Amino acid sequence: MEDDNSTTAFPDGRAEQEQPKWRRDFPIDVEADEYGSRRDFTRFMVLTSLAFACGQVWIALLSFFRTRRPTEQRIAAVDDLQDGQAMVFHYPTNRDPCLLIRQSENQFLAYSSLCTHLMCPVRPELEHDRLHCPCHEGYFDLATGRPAAGPPRRPLPRIRLRIDRGIVYATDVEERTS
Amino acid sequence: MTHSPRTRAQRLSIVYGILTIVLILVVMQLWLITATMNAFLGGNHTIVWPAALASMTCLGLNAGLLRYLMRLDR
Repeated sequence: MEDDNSTTAFPDGRAEQEQPKWRRDFPIDVEADEYGSRRDFTRFMVLTSLAFACGQVWIALLSFFRTRRPTEQRIAAVDDLQDGQAMVFHYPTNRDPCLLIRQSENQFLAYSSLCTHLMCPVRPELEHDRLHCPCHEGYFDLATGRPAAGPPRRPLPRIRLRIDRGIVYATDVEERTS
Repeated sequence: MTHSPRTRAQRLSIVYGILTIVLILVVMQLWLITATMNAFLGGNHTIVWPAALASMTCLGLNAGLLRYLMRLDR
């Protein structure tokens, strides 16, 4: 065995590496302490790496179980909304609040009303052509649903619509990254 | 009891080298999970499984390096 350059004399007179684990884990020499702390930090970072990998697998599993397409659903009659009005509906499930907006006589828009920042409900500000999230002052462009100001970085999911015989139907959800 | 043939200074250099590599891999995994989550929430599911595979590869490398480090102490 090579000399480990230990400056500590142990009570039993044996070499450092022959000491019990508890004594090796709490050394007196600065170099030995530095080695122990870096080794333990490396262990912690590998544990962090495990957490990230578990997160990735969790996302993959979520993706695997969420591939079903939403079904078409009746939202409202065309006459239920006047020009420049908005109403709340739920699509594709009762836990997904959305906004239906009538911009003009023949133009309807629909977005998920959950802000893409932290899922606060957005409020329509039709006089300014924007949607406003009051939680962190986020703004979305009314025509496109893209973020215009504030912390949100992703556009609001757009709800695809179909109008048939005076009835507005939601047909699909279009999620977008930019 | 078997002992490492390396001196303390050598083992310190090794642990610094391993720690550097592990840190780089963990930062890559952090970037990967951020980008994957952004794509997933944006409706792009195509990169989810390749990203999970890449992250598992990083974990495998990190675990291998940690195993080597643990064997240094025996």
